[in-house]
Amino acid sequence: MALETLRIEHVPSDHHVYAALFRDVQNVDFLQAQLIGKNPEFEYAFIDASVIISRTHLFAAIFRALNTLIEGTLQTPNVHSDIVIGLSPTNNISESYRRYGLTPSKTRDVLVIKVVYPKLSSENSTITSEQLTPESIWQHLTTHIQGTPVPLTNEEFAKSTDWVKVRKYYKLNGMPGVERIDKADEEGRRREMEGLIISGIALRGL
Amino acid sequence: MATSTSTSTAAPAVVEEHQFPLPPILTHPSAAPPTLITQGAEGRLYKTTFFSPDIPCALKYRPPKPYRHPVLDARLTKARLAFEAKVLERCRREGVPVPAVYAQNAAAGWIAVEWIEGAPVRVKINEWLGQRPKNEEEERSAAEQDQGPLIELMKRIGAAIAALHRTGVVHGDLTTSNMMLRPHTKKTTTTMTSEQTNGVSKEEEKAKLLEGDVVIIDFGLANQSQSDEDRATDLYVLERAFASTHPRAENLFEHLLESYKQSFKKGASVLHKLEDVRMRGRKRSMIG
Repeated sequence: MALETLRIEHVPSDHHVYAALFRDVQNVDFLQAQLIGKNPEFEYAFIDASVIISRTHLFAAIFRALNTLIEGTLQTPNVHSDIVIGLSPTNNISESYRRYGLTPSKTRDVLVIKVVYPKLSSENSTITSEQLTPESIWQHLTTHIQGTPVPLTNEEFAKSTDWVKVRKYYKLNGMPGVERIDKADEEGRRREMEGLIISGIALRGL
Repeated sequence: MATSTSTSTAAPAVVEEHQFPLPPILTHPSAAPPTLITQGAEGRLYKTTFFSPDIPCALKYRPPKPYRHPVLDARLTKARLAFEAKVLERCRREGVPVPAVYAQNAAAGWIAVEWIEGAPVRVKINEWLGQRPKNEEEERSAAEQDQGPLIELMKRIGAAIAALHRTGVVHGDLTTSNMMLRPHTKKTTTTMTSEQTNGVSKEEEKAKLLEGDVVIIDFGLANQSQSDEDRATDLYVLERAFASTHPRAENLFEHLLESYKQSFKKGASVLHKLEDVRMRGRKRSMIG
């Protein structure tokens, strides 16, 4: 078990995306405190895994954030926080942090994303990206996250998806596009909802 | 093979691939190189993959128009793509069969949508008509009985347009090229067909040709409208296009209209308006 390097289509080759999924994380409050304290060593996207339904869902948010990074139109302090709000179909940033980020004593499974890319020298960062390797990132994560790493598969995501939250956040309840599909066709409904979730992510701000 | 037609249309596109510079978004690495599918008046359509190598997508790119003032050009391109994306999402939520939006950057002039498998309805209908007996006498006798699957398809198209209009969207450019016939995604399909091909009669095989879901594509000229006039114009444009693309099936268009009327509460009044539109053409009279 180690860090996974995500290969996302149409992302510049010098932008590297790493991800890991930890189950039953015991120190969510500690991790959250590092984010609030803006600890530069903890520049990660921490996501509550219960709002993720699949790898494609996650990729859509990461893609969107990378695109804004490249365009120079980030909406939050860095690409990692933009990944967290990238999951949201709405423009309310603090609500997005609350919904998709960590919530002490509520979040159990934590999804971590780290983006490494050539930063401009003007950008202030105590740790330059060049010093980061998958090994050093993994080492740092396993040292500080008290949880069990599991692979980032659709099966693992499915185990922890909280559909009540997902349906609410992405406004899927009572949608004719979903409801017209036979209740017995679970895979069909899931796929339709995934399509709507991704469209919601893609269209935010239009 | 059903794919023969689509490959033959795609083949020249591959040769032309490098005539145009790729939009910046497509210059970044992907598992397979993007291919240019068509070049329209407003933009270019590429087939590529999105998020993962196993997710095919259609990327529509509206390049900057050098003859327009850059500020105006950027604003128009952005507004049109944003509108197209919003219309697609709205249709999708309401259950109208359209492609899902994967990503967009309206300011940069592109939108990536779900790749719809299958072939345009135009291709499928012509394939079907092409297989019919050439001999006129035979055709007349066969006409009544074996048009069943085509009539069914006409009804499904009518229902799809009804669903579209019900959400308050008019397409603006309905043709049989702007509708795809997507084969049903049954897991067993592939194994079934290979085993069955020998035992299946020609008739059944032919009937399979027109199976699938009708998916409406290309909302570049779409508009929000609830008026009978605009809806009737949508149908009129399709009627004219249909008559010239499939003259041999022109007489079946009434089945499409009938199904439209049945699947849409306001269908009857739209069809009534269609009579007026037929009389004077697509352009509304300037009097009054």
